[in-house]
Amino acid sequence: MRSNANFFSDEKFRSIFFQTLVIGLFALGIYFVVQTTAYNLEKRNIATGWRFLTDPAGFDISFSPFINFKSTDTHLDVYFVGVLNTLLVSFCGCIAATILGFLVGIIRLSSNWLLVRVAYIYVEFTRNVPLLLQIILWYSILIQLPRVKQSLEFLDIFFISNRGIYSPRPIFENGFSYVFIAFVLALISSFILRRWAKKRQDNTGKQFPVTSSAFGMIIFVPLLLFFILGSPLSFDYPALKGFNFKGGMVIRPEFIAMFLALTIYTAAFISETVRSGILSVTKGQREASASLGLKKSWIMRLIIIPQALRVIVPPLTSQYLNLTKNSSLGIAVGYADLVHGFGGISLNQTGQAIECMVIVMATYLTISLTISVFMNIYNRSIQFKEK
Amino acid sequence: MNDLTEERKPPVATTGILGWLRINLFSSWFNSLITLFVLYILIQFVPWILNWTIFAADFKYNFNGEEIINREMCSRVLDPETGGACWAIIYVRFYQFMYGFYPREEVWRVNLSYIMLAVAVVPLLFDKFPLRKHFLKFTYAFPIIAFFLLNGGLGLEPVSTNKWGGLLVTLVLGCTGIALAFPLGIILALGRRSNLPVISMMCTLFIEFIRGVPLITLLFFGMVMLPLFLPEGIDMDGLARVLVAVTLFQSAYMAEVIRGGLQAIPQGQYEAARSIGLSYWQMNMKVVLPQAIRISIPSIVNTSIGLFKDTTLVIIVGLLDLLGIGRGALADTTWLGLAYEVYFFVSLVFFIFTFAMSRYSLYLEKKLKTGINMGAD
Repeated sequence: MRSNANFFSDEKFRSIFFQTLVIGLFALGIYFVVQTTAYNLEKRNIATGWRFLTDPAGFDISFSPFINFKSTDTHLDVYFVGVLNTLLVSFCGCIAATILGFLVGIIRLSSNWLLVRVAYIYVEFTRNVPLLLQIILWYSILIQLPRVKQSLEFLDIFFISNRGIYSPRPIFENGFSYVFIAFVLALISSFILRRWAKKRQDNTGKQFPVTSSAFGMIIFVPLLLFFILGSPLSFDYPALKGFNFKGGMVIRPEFIAMFLALTIYTAAFISETVRSGILSVTKGQREASASLGLKKSWIMRLIIIPQALRVIVPPLTSQYLNLTKNSSLGIAVGYADLVHGFGGISLNQTGQAIECMVIVMATYLTISLTISVFMNIYNRSIQFKEK
Repeated sequence: MNDLTEERKPPVATTGILGWLRINLFSSWFNSLITLFVLYILIQFVPWILNWTIFAADFKYNFNGEEIINREMCSRVLDPETGGACWAIIYVRFYQFMYGFYPREEVWRVNLSYIMLAVAVVPLLFDKFPLRKHFLKFTYAFPIIAFFLLNGGLGLEPVSTNKWGGLLVTLVLGCTGIALAFPLGIILALGRRSNLPVISMMCTLFIEFIRGVPLITLLFFGMVMLPLFLPEGIDMDGLARVLVAVTLFQSAYMAEVIRGGLQAIPQGQYEAARSIGLSYWQMNMKVVLPQAIRISIPSIVNTSIGLFKDTTLVIIVGLLDLLGIGRGALADTTWLGLAYEVYFFVSLVFFIFTFAMSRYSLYLEKKLKTGINMGAD
């Protein structure tokens, strides 16, 4: 016969006991929170539910490049505008930060002492100052720009003022869709061409000028079609009427401040991962490829970068995730992203704190997971494959 | 006798200043071009920046020698062409930047806390500090002492946290967040690696949830939702609610860093500990964690830098940290339009702290690379 004490020294029993205990405590905690919340909500006369999503929002959003938002639109529309604005600034920021980060990372390994020092100072200063401060600083610089009446002009079509950058808006006429289809087709066929050329090179050793032919295909075929169809594209130019510009399209200072700050901040971190990635490729690789007689540019492209990428991509992924999450700081300068538009203004107007926050958090989780999944697929494709 | 060999030019210098210049700045025509371009840009900007921040700047008095008390007396407002920065705004508001609205007669308590913080932290950072063991006892007691000192109680006049501000709030948030997140992070990391599926799953879900959402949503959670979750009678002030959010946030990141350290410990260490009869907790406390934490300290410092910078986000939920006090100063009509001075000063304060932390983490990395043998080989 086993006594209770013996039961407890049995590992299997102990593990089941503790896990049941944890689940029980957790369920109890959830129960209490739900109870108190229901009581608190009732006391404050807040009705739960998702009905508020279809109520008219009643406020304007100054920056909504994809959806034409009016104040009579619903809170659900505010949500979509917010998601699109978050994605827009994150997407632009990720691309620009990658380019700038790679550039700075390579510069920091160059042989020019002065350039290396300047890059180092840039990295240290931007990394060690809070991002929020940088966003606010950029915004305060941008709103110091001249007023609309005295805006800086470029070629009479771009106008820079403290209300943003006004530029011509493209108007796509009938037939432009063919140009776009041609562009997509050219893009797909260049990929097929690349695979074919690689296969041929593997089998026969003959090379094919993939880059130039793909470039020609992507640029010239749509361009040719464009002129054949009689240039089905016109522009709506901004013009100063009264106190503001009419027509054209505008990039607001809130967006520019967010974009600049996110790019410059994240690029400093990316440059560090790029630098350590390139440094992780051993000197022997460089020497071996040089002794094989490869050109300098080939060594970088064919030997160093592919190996460095294996080290660079995982931290790069987390930088992209950071940038996307940091785009939520738009609230500090009034950029109508997910947190400011839906989690801020809509929440305050409707008082549906729990619903709004749940939606906002779930959306961010979805975006984060999506980026992780895609970057993991890319990461797997560049990892070392043993044959 | 004239058959001396022809005189040859000396070889190109590779040493000395000229050689250094040749190798590092003018090694090819392209490099030379870049050097000249960068030099041109620097000559355009550096003197202007130095002039603006130091030489043409007002500190306490303007160029007429009057003590500056509002924006109209700043040299750069009187004469926008030549005037530099007007640091008088920092000088006048220095008390707020350091202590917020802490009552002046009680400010010695904050100062004492700052000094005690230094005494508590420095021995923690350097393991060759004389009498380190005794100092560390003080480090453990410090949070309790500081709590009563700053908050009041035990005979001291209570000071409500909504009077705290500036550097005080930044440091309280940063230090408390880091200190509380450390043990929580260890528990979460151990939990995630646990053999018990329920515990491992719950820890993983928690960590991934927190890491998947921005800090600002957690701050909103703390500000807007936490009061709804708490039963009546329990009233948390703003600072405490923000601290809950910041600690949860930081503990998830800390957990991942410590998990990285745990994964680097060779399996043999676990097996050896078990084979001499240590229990799970003994194994972790005496064998695994000391090694795992030691190798993850540089990364712990790096996430702590991140948290320290992220404390600025509390201005969005209405707390007045260093940046919040700065924005408050700018909203005041007597000092309107001196944004660059304020942001420069706040950046500088943050830079001093974070740069020091990042140097410390580099120093540790170097020390660990040479000083530790994991026993695996």
